[in-house]
Amino acid sequence: MEKEKVLIKGNYAIAQAAVNAGCQCYFGYPITPQTEIGEYLSGKMQGLGRGYVCAESELAAINMVMGAVSTGVKAMTSSSSCAVALMQEALSYAASDELPVVLVNVMRTGPGLGYIYPAQGDYNQAVYGGGNGDYKIIVLAPSTVQECVDLTYRAFYLAQKYRNPVILLADGLLGQMMEPASFGDYPYPEVDVSSWALTGAKGREARKIYSVAPDEKKQIQHIYDLHKKFEVISQNETSYEEFNVDDADYILTAFGSMTRNIKAAMNVLREKGLKIGAFRPITLSPFPYTRINELATKKKDFIVVEMNMGQMFKDVKYAINGKSNVELVNRPCGEWLSVEEIVSSVEKIIGRKQYAASI
Amino acid sequence: MQQVFSIPKSMKKDFKYTFCPGCDHGIAIRLVAEVIDELGIREDIISSTSVGCSVFLYDFLDIDCVEAPHGRALASATGVKRARPDKFVFTYSGDGDFASIGLAESMHTALRGENISSICINNTTYGMTGGQLGPTTLLGQKTTTSPTGRNVDYYGYPIKIAEHIALCEGTAYSARVALDTVPHINQAKQAIKKAFQVQLEGLGFGFVEILSSCPTNWHMTPEEAHKRVREEMMPVFPLGVFKEVNNGN
Repeated sequence: MEKEKVLIKGNYAIAQAAVNAGCQCYFGYPITPQTEIGEYLSGKMQGLGRGYVCAESELAAINMVMGAVSTGVKAMTSSSSCAVALMQEALSYAASDELPVVLVNVMRTGPGLGYIYPAQGDYNQAVYGGGNGDYKIIVLAPSTVQECVDLTYRAFYLAQKYRNPVILLADGLLGQMMEPASFGDYPYPEVDVSSWALTGAKGREARKIYSVAPDEKKQIQHIYDLHKKFEVISQNETSYEEFNVDDADYILTAFGSMTRNIKAAMNVLREKGLKIGAFRPITLSPFPYTRINELATKKKDFIVVEMNMGQMFKDVKYAINGKSNVELVNRPCGEWLSVEEIVSSVEKIIGRKQYAASI
Repeated sequence: MQQVFSIPKSMKKDFKYTFCPGCDHGIAIRLVAEVIDELGIREDIISSTSVGCSVFLYDFLDIDCVEAPHGRALASATGVKRARPDKFVFTYSGDGDFASIGLAESMHTALRGENISSICINNTTYGMTGGQLGPTTLLGQKTTTSPTGRNVDYYGYPIKIAEHIALCEGTAYSARVALDTVPHINQAKQAIKKAFQVQLEGLGFGFVEILSSCPTNWHMTPEEAHKRVREEMMPVFPLGVFKEVNNGN
């Protein structure tokens, strides 16, 4: 496919990227603000002779994905916030069964039914999970429609490469906005799944994909193995972006589409002569703890900007581990924190600190 | 000397029998294995497993299996079949998995007419957890969560699964069988075979409900338990074929 740019809505970009990535099956249930993904894929998948089911619920949808990916094909579902809550049981199973499930969450507001205002309140749900037991999910957070494409590609690749569920954590703003984006070809190699995929026990021993046998030693070992795998994922796949951090006194930190506003706020504050940098995790899980800690060791303070009550804030604080200071600028949902609001909040924080230092 | 009886080829060679004495799961799984052998489909099978006593199917059969959470076997099976329409896909669940926690998934799989075969063991109780009231518990039946017996005012009615599945337009075959006598066992095998054949012929959803004993949780001997299947279950859950679609019909 040509690298030509098209003006496209985030939800459609995710859907088309899934098609390009070779997603063989889509299963989903409608919920605003991500319904366009299922709408777009319904006709596409049928036309391509691939699988598509309007599932009876999100429970069914993600379990259909688990069944499909167990055969070695790529498959996905998409949903939003309160409905992703319904899928948490399956994510725990998929992590334990090491099934390469891809789930797109285009966040809306919670808790409960909430509403379709943009928000980033599912950071904890995605990163820490709502399923039972010790398991970890890979979480990717796009900040532009272009990244909706790029990270959808990456989600399919990482899911199969590590046999681990992956969540693409977008939000209503990204899902609904139009931006230029180019697709290109799926940039990753195809992962060999022949050693584990279910294809019928022809000429080999039967395969059983299941959590674990009722055997204490095996269960303990299984959990250690899953966590060892995630250490490898952390080493290989942790990714982030940083801007002007070298001379910065303060580093604005955000994830997802809030990244756009902290970059703009950084530029405004730099013009005012303040040494401000910006940092943005691309993988929320694995989280770039090490890099944040390095920056904190250089006495750079962090200001976390997010549309929730301080969910990523806790991870940044944990990464800093007391080596520098961290502040929170936030709103729980609704109108995105504007560049002006971020600038004025940062000025207040800096002014307060300077005043405190002067007395 | 002529060999007249052997273990089906689809059974694993090293399995341990893990069901309670007198439980009908053993007979049901053996019948499934015989049908798999007779249809020659072992190497094409991908099965989605259930939760409950029925999950142990995967310890007995030498076939590819993927685990599904409780009640989601039919959703998982739908995913398998849509991804690999060339494979033979079946589920083996209890009544709790199929008709209580998984009723939506089971019903919608039938409504969509998925080319999937499904077997449901109806023993009127939750066996694995020690005999609680389930979706098929009979009126008057005492369980650990209906200690004075199931009464309608308090607990509502049991579900007639095979009849409900027969009402779904995507269903190609729906039958209820039992395992209490040799003739019934033979009929049960034919029903399983039919439910498998409709998938092979692409006719839609194939379903068999098997009335089964649970001597442990019914506090009965195996013989008493089969008598209960006949005298108490069959009047409420009559045996028979409730829907059968043939090729071109």
